[in-house]
Amino acid sequence: MQIIISNSSKEPIYEQIYAQIKKLILTGELQEGQALPSMRQLAKDLEISVITTKRAYEELEKNGFIYSIVGKGSFIAEQNKEMMRERKIKVIEENLLIAIQNAKEMNLSLAELKEMLTLLYTEDA
Amino acid sequence: MMENVIELQHIHKSFKGFEIKDFSINVKKGFVTGFIGGNGAGKSTTIKLIMNLLKQDSGTVSVFGMDYKKHEKEIKERIGFVYDENIFYENLTLKDMKRIIKPAYKNWDDNAFQRYVNEFELPLNKSMKTFSKGMKMKASLAIALAHHAELIIMDEPTAGLDPIFRRELLNILHELMQDEDRTIFFSTHITTDLDRIADYITFVHNGEHIFTKEFYKIEEEYAIVKGTLDLLDRETEQEFISIRKTNTGFEALTADKNRVINIFGDTVIVEKPTLEDIMYYTKKGR
Repeated sequence: MQIIISNSSKEPIYEQIYAQIKKLILTGELQEGQALPSMRQLAKDLEISVITTKRAYEELEKNGFIYSIVGKGSFIAEQNKEMMRERKIKVIEENLLIAIQNAKEMNLSLAELKEMLTLLYTEDA
Repeated sequence: MMENVIELQHIHKSFKGFEIKDFSINVKKGFVTGFIGGNGAGKSTTIKLIMNLLKQDSGTVSVFGMDYKKHEKEIKERIGFVYDENIFYENLTLKDMKRIIKPAYKNWDDNAFQRYVNEFELPLNKSMKTFSKGMKMKASLAIALAHHAELIIMDEPTAGLDPIFRRELLNILHELMQDEDRTIFFSTHITTDLDRIADYITFVHNGEHIFTKEFYKIEEEYAIVKGTLDLLDRETEQEFISIRKTNTGFEALTADKNRVINIFGDTVIVEKPTLEDIMYYTKKGR
């Protein structure tokens, strides 16, 4: 896991760690179930205080990116897939809404729209 | 969950011309606490009270949840006091020191001692007077670690050390903190050393405990504010711990960054304070 901390940045160090780990998770570089280094190990590697990595991990846990098991450590959470799925579904909904709006503007019926959707969906596959 | 290793409660101690009044601090287990304050602020006195080298006039000192009156030996067994001077007999070698110190500790571990002596590259057979300040510090640390001290107390460990050795020492401390049962409490006035390692900062001034806070909270709450003199009046000056005014404008310290941003908006520059800023303006404000 590569993390680069800037000491001259205005952004607090725990936020830098949070943002970088989050990105690694969202881009799939860190995958579900994968273990994160311990807070103490990460603090040592980054030459920062334990409480700083602790805070970053707490924020990641609070927002569902990781989970912790006492005595075992922290792991990449599964919910992220759910969250990403939800996010993608939301994007699809938004796009569909635009299509519906356009359809209504030109008085296209729901049946016609459904037909169009079915056609496009099956054609594409 | 958060356990205190050291608890000082309502300590009173007076000396000629100096006194500690109603002084209470807690030190959290598993973390590094940096203990800051100017010369004569009461840092050494506090450490002596924690080590039972001084007796308080009133109040209680508890270490590992125990009282010195009944448990002096148990407490001392678990503390490593790291000090760079006056504890070594100059003409002895480190090997001699080991022989003298070893019987005092039930938990003494020869292998651990040897491991740290190797790691710190210390000579066993040279008299201690040939040791540099940094080597003495390392020797003292090796002894503390050889009896598996859970609480390491250091009085100004980085004072008088060159920057490379200070950096090395911080790496050693990081290594020690891999053990979550270990606690480090160290006083320093080289506050930049704390940036890399301290979880909590305990600040004392003039025998008074000003605060103990997570390091990152200090940066979130305190701020240095700079602006032109016309922004100051009797009311706005109340917002600051103290203010330094010059012909070109003012610079001040606040303990409530968000409030100041709300009041002054874009008319001022708000910056992250250093611990030195906080020490300086706190002293000035009292």
